[in-house]
Amino acid sequence: MGKVKRETLKDSGGKVLLEIRDLHATVEGQEILRGIDLSVRAGEVHAIMGPNGSGKSTLAQVLAGHPAYTVTKGSASYQGKDLLAMTPEDRAREGVFLAFQYPVAIRGITNAYFLRSAVNAIRKHRGEEQLGPVEFMDALEEKLKVIGWDDSYLNRPVNEGFSGGEKKRNEILQLAVLEPRLAILDETDSGLDIDALKTVAQTVEKLRRPDNATVIVTHYYRILTHIQPDVVHVLSAGRIVKSGGKELALELEEKGYDWIREAVPVA
Amino acid sequence: MSSGIEAQVLQPYKYGFVTDIESDVVPPGLSEDVIRLISAKKGEPEWMLEWRLKAYRNWLKMPEPHWSNVTYGPIDYQAISYYAAPKQRPTLDSLDQVDPKLIETFEKLGIPIEERKRLAGVAVDAVFDSVSVATTFRETLARQGIIFCAISEAIREHPDLVRKYLGSVVPHNDNFFAALNSAVFTDGSFAYIPKGVRCPLELSTYFRINASSTGQFERTLIVAEEGSYVSYLEGCSAPVRDENQLHAAVVELVALDDATIKYSTIQNWYPGDEAGRGGIYNFVTKRGACRGKNSKISWTQVETGSAITWKYPGCILQGDNSIGEFYSVAVTNQRQQADTGTKMIHMGKNTRSTIVSKGISAGRGQNTYRGLVKILKGAEHARNYSQCDSMLIGDRCGAHTFPYIDVRNSTAIMEHEASTSKIGEDQIFYAKQRGLSAEDAVSMIVNGFCKEVFKELPMEFAVEAQRLLGISLEGSVG
Repeated sequence: MGKVKRETLKDSGGKVLLEIRDLHATVEGQEILRGIDLSVRAGEVHAIMGPNGSGKSTLAQVLAGHPAYTVTKGSASYQGKDLLAMTPEDRAREGVFLAFQYPVAIRGITNAYFLRSAVNAIRKHRGEEQLGPVEFMDALEEKLKVIGWDDSYLNRPVNEGFSGGEKKRNEILQLAVLEPRLAILDETDSGLDIDALKTVAQTVEKLRRPDNATVIVTHYYRILTHIQPDVVHVLSAGRIVKSGGKELALELEEKGYDWIREAVPVA
Repeated sequence: MSSGIEAQVLQPYKYGFVTDIESDVVPPGLSEDVIRLISAKKGEPEWMLEWRLKAYRNWLKMPEPHWSNVTYGPIDYQAISYYAAPKQRPTLDSLDQVDPKLIETFEKLGIPIEERKRLAGVAVDAVFDSVSVATTFRETLARQGIIFCAISEAIREHPDLVRKYLGSVVPHNDNFFAALNSAVFTDGSFAYIPKGVRCPLELSTYFRINASSTGQFERTLIVAEEGSYVSYLEGCSAPVRDENQLHAAVVELVALDDATIKYSTIQNWYPGDEAGRGGIYNFVTKRGACRGKNSKISWTQVETGSAITWKYPGCILQGDNSIGEFYSVAVTNQRQQADTGTKMIHMGKNTRSTIVSKGISAGRGQNTYRGLVKILKGAEHARNYSQCDSMLIGDRCGAHTFPYIDVRNSTAIMEHEASTSKIGEDQIFYAKQRGLSAEDAVSMIVNGFCKEVFKELPMEFAVEAQRLLGISLEGSVG
């Protein structure tokens, strides 16, 4: 399969944050990613769409360094460094954030404590001073308002007893607090009602800066009505088979994924 | 993956040093003569010796219990020395006379007994092998009529009190190990809180086994008179040795009308090595009697050490409206085995009990919760809430739960909840993806799991407990 004609797409002119070349990955011996090429520049929002089982979530997990996935071929560099050689925690500390499709609960640990530990781990990595509980609370209150939550959230255990929608919102709150350079949202929109979807999308839009980038992994067009993607990619059978502007997402919405599958020659 | 998590939980035992000190050790073996010798060394009155001998004669007829979910080789009771004491210990008038080696030992364990270094707010009785070497803050306490001293001293100085209460909660023939303890106990602490007094300090005893081939048999008795309050802490450790050492303690608590006793333990006896060599056999009987109305006894324990733990701190809720509580974290790692839980016996009306048990198993550890809740006929409107949670780390360990419930009054309300969870790769990965190290992630997850118990510990101990689990978690408890 030929390379996607990246040059035909709008170039934001930002520095390349993430460069993926011919990435292959397996889980439990089965090959899921079969040669991904992707280049994300600072200031851009990319949407990765595709049918179930196309490898979208696998790509997100591989980029974050989940130990269940094995990279068998190819490379991924982040800010010029070999991303795949970094531990998951170092990727996070260097600014790679994954909003989980299925966030896990941590019993007995409050959101406030968890978030502060994360912020301080990242600050420590950067050689910055640790934030005490009071300073941290001040910064957190602001972010809470953005997501539309009150203080009671802070003393609830991490994701425990949260509804599906609350868990997703919590991921976005963490995103807002940690302000990563590269955010990967793994189906954050699924399971959200219209209002929650709007809040999430608006938060992501607000966090957009010339020096950061967002990769949105999604099934559905609807989140893209609130977030303006620079590039839309279609993933099928472990490869990016088509890239384009926002209109591509609209086309997918109308026609479904079958025409894409038919268009792809069997490797 | 699991071995990675296990490695973080498996911390080397930090208290395994031996103090090189000359000891006065009674040769191994148990007989009436040995008991007479111990009694004589302690300068005991005749009634005490008689009580010991009665216990011994009972013990001889009792079989060693083997109903618990632990396995170990036979214990040779004739191979154990029943008395070991640092040599040349005169009756001490002040701490200046304590052997500097002993002071240094306790300092290394984080228990400063020297005047200038003492822990604020905590009075300590330091027990080394078979004897109490020092008790701090005695004068401060005495001003309020509180007695806090070694039990051997209490037997001599306050015989009426000791005679009245010793064995009144755990009789000398209660069980095999309690009978053995009653026959040979050497030291331990005695605390007496007079009517209406709220003890201003945390009372604490630290037990250190040092000599080899010896057993430790301490006995603790705490009496809280009407309307009094006391919080008592117990800590312990032992050197690393290839042999198994026996520890068979008895603790008795008596709470009269409106009195409250809070008893906290951090058990950190040597657990043995990876192959299961060495370690303490911990067979302990702990029981509190809520004798008065509105009295309350609360047990909190963090059990991280010992090769074998056999221990069921319980409450006998005799007084109407009395309350019994049991909060426990038991960790078994490597080849450790724990069979622990509680007994709540409801006798009075409107009695309430709460049980929160957290078992953590790692390595090849086996963790058993065994608890009895018994509501007797006269216990109108008794209530019990039990929660037993188990956490597994790795795939070679085990968790077991045996709750026994015996209700003989139809007005009783019982609740029981239980859960088992596995510390998961996904939880660890989630925390790592937010920048936390694997170590901090495991600590956080384990700590969160134990939180309901840790928040019951007095501040100093909560910190110690977290540290023991390999944790630095400021701010998350409470």
